[in-house]
Amino acid sequence: MKMNENWIPIGRLDDIPRQGARVVVTSAGDIAVFRTADDEVFALADRCPHKGGPLSQGIVHGKRVACPLHDWKINLDTGLAAAPDEGCAARYPVRVADGQVSLSLMPEQGCPGR
Amino acid sequence: MDMSVPRASGPRLKLVVVGNGMAGMRTLEELLKAAPGLYDVTVFGDEPHPNYNRIMLSPVLAGEQTIEQIVLNSRDWYAENGITLFAGKKVVKIDRRARCVEADDGTRAPYDRLLLATGSKPFILPVPGADLPGVIGFRDIADVDVMIRAASQYRHAVVIGGGLLGLEAANGLKLRGMDVTVVHIGAWLLERQLDEPAARLLQKSLEEKGLRFLLQTHTAELVRADTGRVGAVKFKDGGTIPADLVVMAVGIRPNTELAESAGLHCHRGVVVNDTMQTFDPRIYAVGECVNHRGVAYGLVAPLFEQAKVCANHLAEHGVARYQGSMTSTKLKVTGIDLFSAGDFAGAEGTETLVFSDAAAGSYKKLVLKDNRLVGACLYGDTLDGAWYFDLLREGTDVSQFRKTLLFGQHHVGDSGHGPAERVAALPDTAEICGCNGVKKGDIVGAICSKKLFTLDEVRAHTKASASCGSCTGLVEALLAHTVGGDYSAAPSKKPLCGCTDHSHDEVRAAIVAQQLKTLPEVMRHLDWKTADGCSKCRPALNYYLLCAWPTEYRDDAQSRYINERAHGNIQKDGTFSVVPRMWGGLTNPKELRAIADVAEKFKVPEMKVTGGQRIDLFGVKKEDLPAMWADLSAAGFVSGHAYGKALRTVKTCVGSQWCRFGTQDSTGLGVKLEKMTWGSWMPHKFKLAVSGCPRNCAEATIKDFGVVCVDSGYELHVGGNGGIKVRVTDLLCKVETEAEVLEYCAAFTQLYREEAHYLERTAPWVERVGLAHVKAKVVVDAANRKALAERFRISQQTAQIDPWKARAEGEARHEFTPITALV
Ligand code: SRM
Ligand SMILES: Cc1cc2nc3c(=O)[nH]c(=O)nc-3n(C[C@H](O)[C@H](O)[C@H](O)COP(=O)(O)OP(=O)(O)OC[C@H]3O[C@@H](n4cnc5c(N)ncnc54)[C@H](O)[C@@H]3O)c2cc1C
Ligand code: SF4
Ligand code: FES
Repeated sequence: MKMNENWIPIGRLDDIPRQGARVVVTSAGDIAVFRTADDEVFALADRCPHKGGPLSQGIVHGKRVACPLHDWKINLDTGLAAAPDEGCAARYPVRVADGQVSLSLMPEQGCPGR
Repeated sequence: MDMSVPRASGPRLKLVVVGNGMAGMRTLEELLKAAPGLYDVTVFGDEPHPNYNRIMLSPVLAGEQTIEQIVLNSRDWYAENGITLFAGKKVVKIDRRARCVEADDGTRAPYDRLLLATGSKPFILPVPGADLPGVIGFRDIADVDVMIRAASQYRHAVVIGGGLLGLEAANGLKLRGMDVTVVHIGAWLLERQLDEPAARLLQKSLEEKGLRFLLQTHTAELVRADTGRVGAVKFKDGGTIPADLVVMAVGIRPNTELAESAGLHCHRGVVVNDTMQTFDPRIYAVGECVNHRGVAYGLVAPLFEQAKVCANHLAEHGVARYQGSMTSTKLKVTGIDLFSAGDFAGAEGTETLVFSDAAAGSYKKLVLKDNRLVGACLYGDTLDGAWYFDLLREGTDVSQFRKTLLFGQHHVGDSGHGPAERVAALPDTAEICGCNGVKKGDIVGAICSKKLFTLDEVRAHTKASASCGSCTGLVEALLAHTVGGDYSAAPSKKPLCGCTDHSHDEVRAAIVAQQLKTLPEVMRHLDWKTADGCSKCRPALNYYLLCAWPTEYRDDAQSRYINERAHGNIQKDGTFSVVPRMWGGLTNPKELRAIADVAEKFKVPEMKVTGGQRIDLFGVKKEDLPAMWADLSAAGFVSGHAYGKALRTVKTCVGSQWCRFGTQDSTGLGVKLEKMTWGSWMPHKFKLAVSGCPRNCAEATIKDFGVVCVDSGYELHVGGNGGIKVRVTDLLCKVETEAEVLEYCAAFTQLYREEAHYLERTAPWVERVGLAHVKAKVVVDAANRKALAERFRISQQTAQIDPWKARAEGEARHEFTPITALV
């Protein structure tokens, strides 16, 4: 973990539907914040590595989201497209404390591209 | 007489069966179904085998089947059902006072009830030499063994008797390489089944197979050869032919030896009443050994009917009556199709219709009396046999279609369909399997409800084609028609998705049967392999649940594809399209003005008239959707569901309001249909159309449900599809009133909703389940139709809530707004 993370509160956990996502609008583009069935929270750039589909609109299952445009499956914890597809959505650090969700706008390392 | 017997609470009743053959074991099977555990059962069989399909001895002899293949009840079956089997023991005595039977080896068995099913014996002509080695009947496995052995050692075979059995024996021996002569006393073959012209055609094709025939020839003597075996057959006219094997197939005699020795009343069979009881009420009898109302049957169909009645009484249900049977026959010689039923000889007061095409090897004779069919004899093309047999038994008045009667059912009222359609056209009551009395409706019903894909499965579940097999072609055609496509390439069960081993149908059935009402419940009960499913199963389950429990189920938005969650169609750039409903494609200036205003207000980049007769607004930002819907809603619009697995559009044409050809108010009817069906969720998208006349401007014949108006009413068409794979609709039926159109439409829609797999449109669904199935549920069974329509009506009560208005009023607001904007 980097030390200079700048946590920004974005809303309550309950504002995000289970097995769903909400969008954080930023000047650098939308970020999708996902909540899984067992309340884990992940954040990815809201752009599918395939053709830029809005991942926030996909169906969340397990730790994955199915892109609404052409049904690629993107792993929420790594941002990587599930085989056989290849590609990666940028990950953002996100944390939940006392029901409050906070996000860092500094993408994690390890995802080539953006 | 004291008929009181120990009840189920005490020791079990003892049932002894003498005769381990087709009728006896069928009775036991029926009894086990009707009253399992009522009896301790003991079976004696003279033959050292478990029960086998005697009918199939002919194909075994012909080398087309093996003994193993024709076993009906394996030894395991007897064991599993707790039946004591004494195979190879002949019962020689019935002690009616002591209520006990005794076998030739001294084995004794007491009974409370006794069933005689001793079959019959081949009649052996009382001519000199009839007892020589090499002279046999054609009745059991032992006879077939003798014939097969003879065929490998000797050359000349003579079959005496040109009936069904004789011809099948001759055919088999010929195929085994022998020189075969059939000696027949009559003027033509099968004179009890065929008339002369048909018999000549048959004889010709058998001669082409290499058989020789001596008609009107009387056997005088069987001559002994030096070997001690039979060597020749001598005729009354003095002629002689060589014979190393003589098969007597001149008739059968009911086997009443045992019954007679026990003092039971016998007269050309053991005499029984309509409950299959002999003169001793503890003793029942079924099968070929029986004389019922003066008739002894020699075919399995009536025997199986007897078995059912007998089992009903043994089970102490006491309601069934056997009242005799009408029989039809077929010849089991591969490559020869022959069917005959009823009285075809043409007695007084009858008229005869004949079709004969000797060159094509085809002959048909129908005998009518008072415009009703009383006899039929078909040779060559027998596909219509079942239909004729049906007309015959039902006593149907044929005056309406008498002119085309000879050409078969496919010529009645309809044309242009291939041969497979002919079984499809048979009514459900048509008997397909004569042996087991199985009707078309039973077979189709079993195929559909039990998901049968193969001939073997159909045989196992319905017994159709399980006996003589001559209806196999019909059953296969039914399978093909009912399950569609290549029925025999039985799809091994296909799981719904990788999260489960269960198929769509199993999941749907479990939801209803086990009253599963939420997604987690379904996954838990059905052992889902993943914690919360996937993007494939969740939308399917969500749909199945809402279809099963329309008034209770709470929709799971997170298990819906984005279009249905956001109630718009997602575009390639993440914006959405908006298509307001325009009922039946009708519009007016006020509506158009409202749409124009909305388009300007929200800066809609593009508008288009869709292929579904309404207007599409493209490129709307998700955040703008609720506000736009609020305006549209205020102008009276509801969602067009252009985005959903739902009722899409009802396309209409001008119709009788304006069009010079219009026969009915197609536009008005379209609006009514749309008002009835809008809002409904479906396995896939669903489209309707109504055309005002057969010019069909609304393209009703490629819709899921299409109506083509005609002068006299409305043709209803189903299962059409434009799109990826074009499929023209099937005609469901014709109705006369708008009210009927609405009812049939609701029923068809609901059937599809309840039965199709998720993401299966009506076209592949109809092909999978078969049009016959749909017709049976929607057209034939009026009560079922009404029940379906009623279920549709109920589910519409909760479905016709405009999702746009609700969202404009604030529902699911989170769906349309970012959680936060950091700009
Ligand atoms: C808007 C429209 C085209 C138009 O501009 O006219 C249209 C647009 C789309 N059609 Fe269509 N179809 C439209 C009429 C049709 C028709 C014509 C008709 O209904 O008479 C057909 C053929 C008839 C049929 O369905 O049997 C048609 C057959 C398809 C198919 C193939 C369906 C099939 O079973 O083979 C698809 C793909 C699918 O549904 O999986 C499809 C899918 C689509 C989608 C929804 C693709 C998608 O999922 O994004 C398109 C949305 C475009 C967009 O960006 O919004 N569309 N589509 C029409 C909307 C009608 C309406 O008012 O609701
Ligand atoms: C070659 C052949 C082809 C046929 N083809 C057709 C056809 O295509 N269609 C059709 O409908 N029918 C056909 N039949 C007729 C059909 O097989 C019979 O109608 C049917 O088998 C009669 O059943 P059943 O139970 O009455 O007699 P069976 O099946 O003969 O059973 C009687 C059994 O009782 C046993 N038995 C007799 N007496 C005693 C005793 N005292 N103790 C112990 N056991 C005893 C016998 O050994 C025999 O096994 C054919 C018959 C044959 C032989
Ligand atoms: S379908 Fe017939 S009635 Fe309707 S518009 Fe076309 S031609 Fe006219
Ligand atoms: S854009 Fe996501 S799958 Fe194509």
